Amino acid sequence: MNALASSSPDSARRSPAEIALIAAAYAIVGLMLVLPPVLVFTEALRSGLGAALASITDPDALSAIKLTLEMTVAAVVINTSFGVLAGWLLAKYRFPGRGVLVALIEIPISVSPVVAGLVWLLLFGTQGWWGEALNRVGITIAFATPGILLATLFVTFPFVTRTLLPLMEQQGRDAEEAATLLGASFWRILWGVTLPEARWALLSGVLLTTARAMGEFGAVSVVSGHIPGLTETMPLHIETLYNGYQSVAAFSMAALLAIMATATVGMRSLFEARIRREEPRKAETAGGGA
Amino acid sequence: MTPSATLSPTREPSTLHAKGRRARDPLPGFRLALGATLLWLGLTVVLPLTALAVRPWQEGASAMLAALNDGRMFAALRVSFQSAVLAAILDLPLGLILAWALVRTRLPGRRMIDALIDLPFAIPTAVTGITLATLYSPQGWLGAPLSRLGISVAYSVTGIVAALMFVGLPFIVRSVEPVLRDLPPELEEAATLLGARPWQIVARVLTPALLPALISGFGLAFARGIGEYGSVIFIAGNQPFRSEIAPLLVVVRLQEFDYAGATSIAFILLVASSACLAAVAMLRRRAARGLVAEGAA
Repeated sequence: MNALASSSPDSARRSPAEIALIAAAYAIVGLMLVLPPVLVFTEALRSGLGAALASITDPDALSAIKLTLEMTVAAVVINTSFGVLAGWLLAKYRFPGRGVLVALIEIPISVSPVVAGLVWLLLFGTQGWWGEALNRVGITIAFATPGILLATLFVTFPFVTRTLLPLMEQQGRDAEEAATLLGASFWRILWGVTLPEARWALLSGVLLTTARAMGEFGAVSVVSGHIPGLTETMPLHIETLYNGYQSVAAFSMAALLAIMATATVGMRSLFEARIRREEPRKAETAGGGA
Repeated sequence: MTPSATLSPTREPSTLHAKGRRARDPLPGFRLALGATLLWLGLTVVLPLTALAVRPWQEGASAMLAALNDGRMFAALRVSFQSAVLAAILDLPLGLILAWALVRTRLPGRRMIDALIDLPFAIPTAVTGITLATLYSPQGWLGAPLSRLGISVAYSVTGIVAALMFVGLPFIVRSVEPVLRDLPPELEEAATLLGARPWQIVARVLTPALLPALISGFGLAFARGIGEYGSVIFIAGNQPFRSEIAPLLVVVRLQEFDYAGATSIAFILLVASSACLAAVAMLRRRAARGLVAEGAA
């Protein structure tokens, strides 16, 4: 990628138009992308590091952090397990209805977060189809942790399958068929043949799922009920603090959440090169038609 | 077809059967994977979306019509659609400049810029929301100088557009960047040698080649923008009929226990963004088939 880019720039003969564009690029990055994170940390540390730390170790804050981590782990485990199986199904087989399944898996990406929360209230809310019946037998889903988990599952649904599918398709199925002939079981093929070659793509999908699950606000906000200490995740706690004019506490929590999410997403760039190196197993033959 | 075959799919393609069953798939796991996928997809996506599609009709067509005949809803949808369109349009030149700077120059800090461009993807929306609201508030770092110029951003439609521009920017950059990278720089150099002025190069050489990528970036940013909630509500002002976005009205209707009203807005949002993303996917398939300069690599 650098070969192409490096062929053109000759800093010796930059035209005034180019210099203006470069200045514009720096201005856009500075004003739109650098200022916001700088502001988060400035506001968080406005009353000193002690105040910032005190506000994220407050009992309600700690319970929000704990709930966020629990929901994230649960959503990642569920969506990764099923996402891998869906990736296998859609990559290794051609069958009627496959296109419909691919399209359905993509849907949650286009859904507004608020809608992703609303749909669960239609099923389990007080006026929902089954909300009241379940309430009578003592099961509460809306405005409680099960609802938060369902909303998180919905918004993080496609990531693992989406990152795995192109790679698994490129792998083809020769190695898998060979393993079958050697008598390997389905799980052994998946664990021993397919996934090791796709492990960086899988990790990438898991990290995307994690980051999105931690940071989800709209969907969780609709189903949560906002009970501090009980059903407030980190993003919801940030909203409560901010609307309560507790700016330092809100931005301290925001800084912590932003660090967690960007570190998770940033980890992907560490092994992005390896993801690209995973692909060539079939790339030469598959790429011939393109 | 027997239940036991479902339970032990590994036995199916045993060497004994392999020849006689060549028509069937030798690879194990099809039923297991299909069953798991249908269960997962059915419970987490199809079931709730069915509720969304069916629920508005449950109280009869008249209730549905009453829910649709709501001035506040149309006002909110108009605010959402207009802001999303405007933000995506304003992002186009910004995204183009950033993509150009990434691909065609070797600026100091290029890698840093590359990482920063994905920031709006990575930062949770609630964090974006309170940050932009503070940044553009009348006392904020950007809000104060702007308000001295007579421009008030926060707590108005302008604030909504500013938030959506932040959220949408990476979509434009990341759509344009790979196409620009595949475009030989010699094209621009040839145009320069032939005496084209910089704006002519942009208008006649770059824009036609990048148009599909620009449209698809625009579509992605727009689809995201109409549904965006967390990064907008803190800066929006949220005045009904003026600066209230459609996703917020969904929440308001839910708090009023007006499920029919909430669901009809949700349904419109879902259809609009899915249609937009489907159009983008179609455009990309056409581009991949070589109808535009993307196949150069």
